[in-house]
Amino acid sequence: MSKGTLYNKVWDRHKVTTLPSGLDQLIIGLHMIHEVTSPQAFAMLKEKGSKVAFPERTVATMDHIVPTDNQFRPFFDTQAELMAKTLEENTKEYGITFLGLESGKQGVVHIVGPENGYTQPGMTIACGDSHTSTHGAFGALAFGIGTTEVRNILETQTLALSLLKVKKICVNGTLRPGVTAKDVILAIIAKLGVKGGIGFAYEYTGDVFENMTMEERMTVCNMSIEGGARIGYINPDQTTYDYIKGRDKAPSAENWDKAVAYWESIRSDADAVYDDEFHLDAADIEPMVTWGINPGQGIGITENLPNPAGMSDADRETAEEAYVHMQLQPGTPIKGTKIDVAFIGSCTNGRISDLREAAKIFEGRKVASHVQALVVPGSQQVKAQAEQEGLDKIFIAAGAEWRGAGCSMCLAMNTDKLKGDQISASSSNRNFIGRQGSATGRTLLMSPAMVAAAAINGVVSDVRELQEVTA
Amino acid sequence: MSLERKVISGRAVPIRGNEVDTDRIIPARFLKEITFERMGDFLFQDARFNEDGSEKKHPLNDAHYKGANIMVVENNFGCGSSREHAPQSILRYGIVALIGESFAEIFAGNCKALGVPTLSANKSDIQMLLATVEADPSATLTLDVDSRTVRIQSNGKEDVIQVTLPDARRQSFLDGSWDELGTLKGNLDKIKETAASNLPYFTNFT
Ligand code: SF4
Repeated sequence: MSKGTLYNKVWDRHKVTTLPSGLDQLIIGLHMIHEVTSPQAFAMLKEKGSKVAFPERTVATMDHIVPTDNQFRPFFDTQAELMAKTLEENTKEYGITFLGLESGKQGVVHIVGPENGYTQPGMTIACGDSHTSTHGAFGALAFGIGTTEVRNILETQTLALSLLKVKKICVNGTLRPGVTAKDVILAIIAKLGVKGGIGFAYEYTGDVFENMTMEERMTVCNMSIEGGARIGYINPDQTTYDYIKGRDKAPSAENWDKAVAYWESIRSDADAVYDDEFHLDAADIEPMVTWGINPGQGIGITENLPNPAGMSDADRETAEEAYVHMQLQPGTPIKGTKIDVAFIGSCTNGRISDLREAAKIFEGRKVASHVQALVVPGSQQVKAQAEQEGLDKIFIAAGAEWRGAGCSMCLAMNTDKLKGDQISASSSNRNFIGRQGSATGRTLLMSPAMVAAAAINGVVSDVRELQEVTA
Repeated sequence: MSLERKVISGRAVPIRGNEVDTDRIIPARFLKEITFERMGDFLFQDARFNEDGSEKKHPLNDAHYKGANIMVVENNFGCGSSREHAPQSILRYGIVALIGESFAEIFAGNCKALGVPTLSANKSDIQMLLATVEADPSATLTLDVDSRTVRIQSNGKEDVIQVTLPDARRQSFLDGSWDELGTLKGNLDKIKETAASNLPYFTNFT
């Protein structure tokens, strides 16, 4: 078993007791909730007349069902309106902070937590949403849970959990120009597979992660779950502390040193023991694109689509299913695949730095006439910042749609959906069948700059060719 | 119904496919309801029905499997979104246990929280099991949580396979403690003490 890792240290600090079942009872330091997976939990509380034990340790926002075109209330969609109302009422009744549309702080839960300083190192963080792994970028143990567990946290601020193993994911060296955090995580998942992380927490270490900004680290940790790892984290360092300092919920100036001391104390020891390791050379990574129906089915932009014949049984079956659904041919290049929709946004790539990268590609160019391009900021604060920098004007001038904050076409629980077998270039995290709202719709995952390049050319493109022109 | 889940027997429905994600088990557009009540109606919606509402060929549309209470699946079943709507839809459809090669962690945890065992078996046993229930939908399965075995009776023949289930989960199904809320709640004082002594961030480092 692992020893001396951040995972072990944070676990031990939060452990209340070992339960008769053998599971550990762990305190959850930060609980985030959204409109889709919390109403049923509150209903369970109400049914029994129970209370929320630590209402100040839960924070709510609204993201999945929020329309991004017209955000006036009541929403046209009556189901969405009822969901919004239910969350408003529940948070009010139980005294929970709610970052709603009027707060100026609403957005995708995994973007809102960090940008307001709720997310901090050495915490345990849970949310009824699998991409809670995002918050691991700060050196927190952050993971997705189901609704019954949401109820357990509301009533006790704890969960019954079993210890995971820890796998060290080392990427050393220097990334080549045009290669982003999204490409790094897609490359890791392509190598380790979507089941590679089952039973593990991933600790990302090495030059590449150390040199990343917090926003890039969040992109990496966000997709840990796509590799099967419920938790992914990066040890906190000066980059982390600089990001947190001065944010709304950050420790105050007079307590700052105490906070940093705690954060430093939970870093993995130099001689920490891991259950497993994986190494990847930064120079071997190129801009990535997924071609299939799970996030592990990804290749470099210059590669040809793989031949199922050479794969193991399970991979071959999934690949064959993927080729049928995606209407693509093994052996052909992914570059040049025609797209219908371009989506930039989501908790993976809906932060300000993502929009800046996309804007560099859009600037002075036009979206191909057959492509619908959506740019969806991850939060109201990201939106305001982008507008202050004039990015919105660049997107609009290029012919893209500039929207309000929300999950949008990442999962299509709102008005943004693929139609029929449309194919989308998407900066989100899942290419599952039906994910973007049409049972026959198709999704190609890539970085926001790559999505922008595809939007401009109307086909999957190597963003580096456009970047050279710009530079 | 008693909370104990010691032995579960019945007929099984085979669901083939690797990495069947929770978006496929229940597409996001059905998550817009504030209760789980109707989730059973939407189980595998897009795999079962065409857009015009007509039925596709799918085991859940096959009358032979009507009334089955066990589901046999392949590997990494339930990956993706953490939505509890997925196990809720399976349970509310009438499935009370799953046997598969492997399950995604959040999904298996969500199943456990609902008292639904997810038992793992090796690939060849799962393939045998799938082939058996496909050839004979009336085959009976007996899941014994205590001994971690599944007995399969079909056409007068009987097979027994070994399954795995983590110790803590097994225990919780045997003694009916799979809903942990009561146990967790019993420690409220200790929770407050632990937070006060170990977690400086609870008071924002004052
Ligand atoms: S942006 Fe997508 S992945 Fe992220 S929380 Fe919203 S729906 Fe989930």
